[in-house]
Order: sequence, then C-alpha cells, then structure tokens
Amino acid sequence: MIDWILLFSNAAQEIISPTTAAYALAALGLAIHFGFTGLLNFGQAGFMMLGAYGFAIATLTFGWPVWAAILMGVGASIVFALILGIPTLRLRADYLAIVTIAAAEIIRLLFTTNTFESVTGSADGLQGYKGGFEALNPIPPGTYGFGPWVYNEYDWWVRIFGWGLVAIAAFITWRLFKSPWGRVIKGIREDEDAVRALGKNVYFYKMQSLVIGGVFGALAGMIFILPRAVVPSNYQTSLTFFIYAILLLGGAATVFGPIVGSVIFWVLLSFFSGFIARAVEVGWLPFLSNVQAGQLRFILVGIAIMLIVIYRPQGIFGNKKELAFVK
Amino acid sequence: MAHVASRPLARRTHRRLAAVLLAGLVSALTLSIAAPASAEEIGLDEYDNKISGLVELADQPLADVQLVIAGGGFSVEVVSGEDGRWAVGVPERGEYTVTLNEETLPEGIAVIDPELEQPNVRTINVGQSGSAVANFFIGQGERNTVSLLDQVVERLFNGLNFGLLLALAAIGLSLVFGTTGLSNFAHAEMITFGGLMTLLFGVVMGLPIWLAIPIALVLSAAFGYLNDAALWKPLRKKGVGLIPLMIVSIGLSLAVRYIFQMFVGGDTQQLPGATDTSLEIGMFGLSWTDVASMSVSVLVLLGVAFFLLRTRLGKATRAVSDNPALAAASGIDVDRVIRIVWIMSGALAGLSGILWAYFRPGVSWDMGFQILLLTFAAVTLGGLGTAFGALVGALVVGLFVEMSTLIIPSDMKYVGALVILILVLLVRPQGILGRKERIG
Amino acid sequence: MSSSAGAKGAPIKSTGLHIGEPAPGVKKVDPIIVADNITRTFGGLTAVQVEHLEIPRGAITALIGPNGAGKTTLFNLLTGFDKPDTGEWTFDGQGISGIPAFKVARKGQVRTFQLTKALSLLTVLDNMKLGAKGQRGEGLSRALFPWIWRKQEAEIEARAMDLLARFKLDAKKDDYAASLSGGQRKLLEMARALMSQPSLVMLDEPMAGVNPALTQSLLDHILNLKTEGMTVLFVEHDMHMVRHIADWVVVMAEGRVVAEGDPHEVMANPAVIDAYLGSHHDEDLGDLDTGVMTAIKELADDDADEEKN
Repeated sequence: MIDWILLFSNAAQEIISPTTAAYALAALGLAIHFGFTGLLNFGQAGFMMLGAYGFAIATLTFGWPVWAAILMGVGASIVFALILGIPTLRLRADYLAIVTIAAAEIIRLLFTTNTFESVTGSADGLQGYKGGFEALNPIPPGTYGFGPWVYNEYDWWVRIFGWGLVAIAAFITWRLFKSPWGRVIKGIREDEDAVRALGKNVYFYKMQSLVIGGVFGALAGMIFILPRAVVPSNYQTSLTFFIYAILLLGGAATVFGPIVGSVIFWVLLSFFSGFIARAVEVGWLPFLSNVQAGQLRFILVGIAIMLIVIYRPQGIFGNKKELAFVK
Repeated sequence: MAHVASRPLARRTHRRLAAVLLAGLVSALTLSIAAPASAEEIGLDEYDNKISGLVELADQPLADVQLVIAGGGFSVEVVSGEDGRWAVGVPERGEYTVTLNEETLPEGIAVIDPELEQPNVRTINVGQSGSAVANFFIGQGERNTVSLLDQVVERLFNGLNFGLLLALAAIGLSLVFGTTGLSNFAHAEMITFGGLMTLLFGVVMGLPIWLAIPIALVLSAAFGYLNDAALWKPLRKKGVGLIPLMIVSIGLSLAVRYIFQMFVGGDTQQLPGATDTSLEIGMFGLSWTDVASMSVSVLVLLGVAFFLLRTRLGKATRAVSDNPALAAASGIDVDRVIRIVWIMSGALAGLSGILWAYFRPGVSWDMGFQILLLTFAAVTLGGLGTAFGALVGALVVGLFVEMSTLIIPSDMKYVGALVILILVLLVRPQGILGRKERIG
Repeated sequence: MSSSAGAKGAPIKSTGLHIGEPAPGVKKVDPIIVADNITRTFGGLTAVQVEHLEIPRGAITALIGPNGAGKTTLFNLLTGFDKPDTGEWTFDGQGISGIPAFKVARKGQVRTFQLTKALSLLTVLDNMKLGAKGQRGEGLSRALFPWIWRKQEAEIEARAMDLLARFKLDAKKDDYAASLSGGQRKLLEMARALMSQPSLVMLDEPMAGVNPALTQSLLDHILNLKTEGMTVLFVEHDMHMVRHIADWVVVMAEGRVVAEGDPHEVMANPAVIDAYLGSHHDEDLGDLDTGVMTAIKELADDDADEEKN
C-alpha cells in the first residue's frame, strides 16, 4: 500500500526546506531581471554557481571567515554581471539571452574541467566548507520541531539563515519597486527609448538591475550548498529553466510570486515524484520503471512551463493586466 | 547532514597556490593536471559499481601511474598502488573512459596498441555485473604523440566535419528564426530525434542502415511538421509574443528530452559502423564514415543553397524572413512557407543528428542538447536569421572547437567557442554576415 | 479642423524670426539650435545632409518634407538617439553633438515619438511622474529610504495631477496607459514630456493616428507651449495643421533642407512644390515607407524573371 502520510509529510517538508529558499531567492533575482526590467537572463545558474564556488573556494583555499567568503561570492557575481552587461545591455534583448546562457555554460565547464582540479575539485566538486557557518550556529545541539518538521540544530540553522535571507531580499525588492527607482525600471521594461527620452540613464539602470538580481542569485547559490556539496553538474542550463518555471508559476512581476511559486513548485514536485515512485513500487504503473518515474518530474516541469506561458502568463499572483512579458 | 572533514592541509596549500594562478589568469590553459590522488582505491564504499585494473610492464607492477576515469558527468582520478593495482567506485552503470596519463609512466615506456588511435584512452562499459576491468598494453615504445602537423590536419578535418554537421542544424534553426522570429530551444530535440529514429530502425528493428537513415529523415521531417502544426501555428494564431514563445520552446525541450530518456534510457548506444575500426582510412585519423558524413553535408548544404537562391519557394522564404507582413501583402502564402521551413528544419536537424551520432560517436537522449548552445552560437555568429550566416558561423564554431584542443584541454573545448561568440558580439553585434539595423 | 480653428480665431503668429532673405540655412535672430554639416548615411544611402540649420527660440517650427526626406532621422540625430557620420550642433549655446539621448533630455530638450511610446503597463500617473527631472528617489541607494524622497514625490504628484487636469486625463490617473485611446496616449506622451519642464519640445508627428475629435485640443496644447515660453519643433504631414500653427517652416527633401520660411510663403515656393507636393500631389504616401516600396519592386522583378524562364 502507499504510505500517504509519508508522502504528505515529505511534501510538507519542502515548504521550509533550504532548497526551496534557494530557488525562491534565485527566482526573486530573476524577477528583478525579467519581470521588472525585461532583461532576458538565461544564466541565473551561473550567478548561483559563482556564489556557491566563491563561498566554498574562499573558505577552503584561502581559509577566509564566513563573512568574507560570502563577500567573495557576492563580489564574483557582481563582476560577472558587469562583464555580461557592459557589452550586451546596449544591444537587443535577445543578445543578453544568448550571452548569459553561454557565459553560464563557460563557467560550468571551467569548474568541471580537470585543469583546475586543485581549486575546484573538478567534477567531484567541493565539500567541507561548512565549519565556519556551523560555528556561528546559536542553536544548542538537539532535535527540535513538530509534525513533519523535526530537525537537528544545524538543519534549523540552515533553514533560518536561508529564509532570513529570502525575507530580507523580498523586503528590499518590495521597497525598491515602490520607489521612483522601481518606476524607472518598470518604464524601461515597457519602452526603454521613451525612458531615455525623459532623461534617464537607461544603460546604468539596467546594469544596476542586472547586478542586484545577480547578487540575489549568488546568495541563493550559497543557501543551496549549505545542505549539500558543491557539484558542477547541479548547475546545468536546466537549473535556470527550473527557476523560470517557478517565476512564471508565481508571477514574473511580483515580489511574493517567486517565493510562493518556489514553495508550490517544490511541494508539488516532491509529492508527485514520491507518489509516482511509490505507485511504481506497488505496481500501479506497470509500464514504468523506477528510473523512468524519476524522469517524469522533468517532463511535468516542461509541460507546466508551456501551459503557464500559454494559458496564464501573469502567473498565479500576477495582475492579469500587468502581463510581465517584454514585447 | 553529515559533513566531510576538510581535506588534508598539504592539499590545501597546493590548492591555494593553484588558486593564485587561476586568479592571476597566468597562462591558465597550460596548467597541467595537478594534485595526484593519494590512494589506489577510491570511492568503493560510496558506490556499488567498480572499475579496476592492473598496470604492469612485462609482469612487473608499475606504481604511481595516474589514471582518470570519467563518464556521465562523473570523474575521478586514481594512481596505481605498489602492486600496480587500482580500483574506483563509480555511481552508475554505463560507459566510462579510462585515460592513462603517460607522463606518469617511467621514461621510455608508453601505452602501445597499434589498433588504436589513442592507445592510452579506453572506453569501457560497466554492465549488469556492476564491475569492469580496464587494462592497457604497456611496453617499450613511442608515446602517443602525433607530429604537430598531423595533429593540425587531423583537427582541421574533424573541425570541418563537425562544422558541416552543425551547419545543417544551424540553418534549420536560422530559417525558423528568420520566418517566425522564434528562438527554438526544442531544436535540440529535433536533432536527437534523427539519431534516435536511426537507432530504432537500424539497430532495434535491424533494418539495413541505407534504409534506416532515409526512414529516419522522413520521420524527422514529419516531426518538424508536427511541431509547427500542433504547437507553433496555433500559438502564432493566438498572437503569443516572441519571448513567451521562446519560453514555451524551453518547456517543450525539457519535456521532450526526458520523454526520450524514458524510452531509451540514459545510456549511449552505437549506430552500425560508428566504431568500426576497419573503416579507418589510415590518414589523418579519418574514417570512411567521416568522408561520407562530410560529403553528405556538403551535398545537402548545396541543395539548401540552391533551394533558397534559385527556386520560387526559396525566394519566397527569404522574402518572408525579410518582412513577413510585406510578403503576405504581395501574395505569398506565409503559412505555407513557414510550414515548409519547419519540415526542412526538421529534416536538416534529423540529418545533423545522425551525423552527430557518428561523429561523437553514439546516440543518447540528450545528444542534441549537448550541441544546442553551439548551434545557437553558430546562428548568432553568422548573423541572426540569415541562412548563409548560419553556415559560416557553424564552420567557424566547428573548426574553432576542434582546433582549440591543440592548445587547451579537450574538456574545455566548448569554452573556447562560447568565448568567441561573446567576443564577436562585442565587436560586431549583427554577426559576421548580418546587416546593421537602421534605428528609428 | 481648420473651420473649428477659424471659429476660435487664428493663433497669433511670431514674426521677424530670421535675419535676411528666407533661404535654406538662413540666420535667426535668436536661435535655440544651431546645426552645421550634419550627415548620416545608411549603407550607400544618404539619409541626412544638412549644411546649416537654425531653429528659432520661442516659436513653433514645423519640419516638413516627403517621406524618406530624413526628417525623423534628423530628429533622432538632434536628440541623441542616433549618431551622425559628421556634424556639430549646439543647443542653447552648448555643444551637444554626440552626447547620449538621456543627457540631451536632461539639458531641456525633450521629444516624443512618431509611434507613441506610452509605457503601457504603468498607470497614467506613474507615466507622468517618470517625466520629472532630478528625482532623489531614482538613485538606487536612496530608493530604499522613502523618507528621503517622500516629500519630493508628493510635489511631483501634485504637478502631475495639475498637468493631467489640463490634458483632461485626470480621471484616468490610476488606469494603465495601455487602456487609453491612441489620441489620449499622444496627449499623455506630451504631458509626460512637459513634466521635465523643457525649454525645447520636439514632437514627431503629433497628429498621426489621432481621432479628429482630439486634434483641436492637441493643437491648443501645442500653442499653449509657446505662450508658456517653450520652443516647439515638430514633424508633420498634415499641411493644414502646419499652416495653422507654425511660425516657421523648414522643408526637407532627400536629406537636405530645400527651403525655409513663413508657412504661406514656403508653400508657394516652387522648390517646395517641386520637391514635395509636385511629385505626388494629393497622394497620401504617409504610410508607405520607401524601403517597403523597393522590396515590393524586387519581388515583382523576381516574379517577372520567373515567368521568363
């Protein structure tokens, strides 16, 4: 029989999981790029990778403290944003798309190659960078929680840190888009020539947007590696596409859409994957093997992206009128 | 969550040194493989599957010989122990390449195997038993060094071959972009489709390859038509914008790719004749398959050029690319043109997939996705939406990818092509053959 | 429309703007823009080739000419939206050639576009507020602290509401600009430009696509700009409008200035009739651009070839 309680409890765990937080923050960064500014960033995985590797390499190779390691990751993402933005933000929107997707792949290949194995760990990636972060944990050792959410002190610390970052980022985003700065940014999304004709330095604003969203991506990358190791194969192009799925699900031009989108995405994904895996085990789906059941999640995500874009482009929380698509 | 303790200190200093080199960008490309692993057994507890071997010279074990085992995104290094033995755990069953680093063999000793082009690299398959053995023929002899000129010529041919097959895919992508404005990420799956269909008919159903390939091409063309008829045409009629369309294609690509994987699994399978060494010409590492592949590409590309330049339909296609509204106004049936472009695009992508399957070699569920970015790079390099630009772009990308391996490690060969893409966009955003657009 | 204008009485024209005989490149008493030797080519085609041009301050100047004459290209060049091959020009005595569009706008020279650029998914009020210059809250670091910019924001909003009331758009302030009619968008675009308190307003075909019911109101607004001391330069195809409100007319053809002068005199100038009206009299070619024409011809040629074969 299928253990429904276990399925629901596993799905419920995703609500506060650090992975959900990481995707939410990365999607929020993408919302700034795509939803508010109209920048087609297809390299969010690259920003996450720089955050993750920046943090891990600063800790392992240079032996830096946690705060400096975080700054290293953030700094790397800012440099990346500048390198991508300076040449492309003057060009048509699709050039940024091609350049960001290519640049994210370049970074992934550079972290995967054996040439820099001593620093990057090549395909095996890196681990053992969590000591400093663990030492900052104010929670005394023990197991806490109720219902499905019972974790030890480290797991709680990761969750509090991750969701704390998400909350701060969401607050900053909300403030920004209630301000005249946000008005200029949204104006650029609608028609950058019009905004230029009103005396605003469009190029500079786009650059600021690219940097902020990229920094959010880098921080997301750091949250992402706290419960696991840094492995380059986690940062394939499909990671960016998953984040787009989340963004579209929640609504691209909203502050809370990406966060709620991430929660819904992971809860549903966990539930469906769990359900299908169990259903295969008990023989409800005789035509599927266990491995095939695992692939079903990607198929579902792909189909979900298509359906949302076609039938509900504003997302679940987006305003029907404020369809967040750049024309 | 368990945490693995920091790696040994000695390793850390080594790492710091390398990091400094990396940060300073000091001839990063020539950095040799650093930090030999310390044990002869790695990851056996962690993984169920195992690859092992014995390195010996005339029955005497050789210690401290370095081997790299890689496959399916996983890679590990090991050195042989005092008894010449080594073993590594690997995560999944499937194909792995084992590369013996000849630099770590004693002076005057090399891997020798006249049958193989690169005797120090072996591809082995971890099957049902979960373990496999990889041994090398080691003896007195010349190391696997080919003269520089030969290498250059070999890479040149390889690059040309790769560039031509890439051009087939790129032209289809470019025609679709030109006529509909769609940046179709699911083009990757049309490439894979060609390879998979050839596998289905030529291997699974056992038809002769000269029959399997035409069947696969016809089905690829039909697949292209189906793409347009079932999805893109209705969306065009609905008036969906170009960027939403692009995102739809991303969703489609993801879904179809994993549907492929559900059917064929994660392994790489070979088409008939792909790894047949009897077909080697014995010159510049070329095989008859390579020659056939290049000839087919050239013929088909000439055919496409003739179509675009000389036939009425081809001219109409270019007219639609130039200005769809105007083309429609002057009596061209735009829908028909787009339909034909999709059919062509499907067939070209399918052919490209078949040739790619012989070039790699092997058919796998994500083979198209592996070259999707390079295809986009080719199209962008040449100039978005110009068919001949795509051809030039593809040749540049193909040659660059292969030639760059003369200088940089081959696991970074795509990096070079993508860097070139970004650099060209900096200098000439409209691409090599693209036209500068009039502003305002 | 001219009948309704007649009913309200003809607008007062500014005169005595030029020094000497009206001719292409004639000196002005008080020029706001002085341009020299501007050329812009696209491929082999010379779109603009202006040797000398002065735009009079405090007056309404119309820029007319047949399609493909280079009017919009000249507009784009003067406002920094395009870069010339050669040429220098000054605005208010300052050289502004080659500086980017946003800096040109900051100097007090704002423009509108031929195809209206209302920011569709911003509200009408946000569209207006975006026009204001020197906003403290537009800096990224200060944007986070509302108390820094709240007071200025309230002032801007008051000014925006004032202008919206004048343009009769105040009832729509919370609607998305996308929901406005074509004419209302033109009005909004003009009102938004005024938020920046410019000294020179450049309007690219302000009447194109405007519902006749709104044209009179638009004309009045343009005339008002002059009474408030602003200079207006506009591109227009509608000859009635040009005759009605322009104090000075500059005629371009094939990239050059072929005539200048008082509207009534210019329209009688044989060079103008030849270059502009003579070739295709009352034909309205306003919507066909020349690129389209050549493309159609090429395709027709192809077809002819096809038939021969």
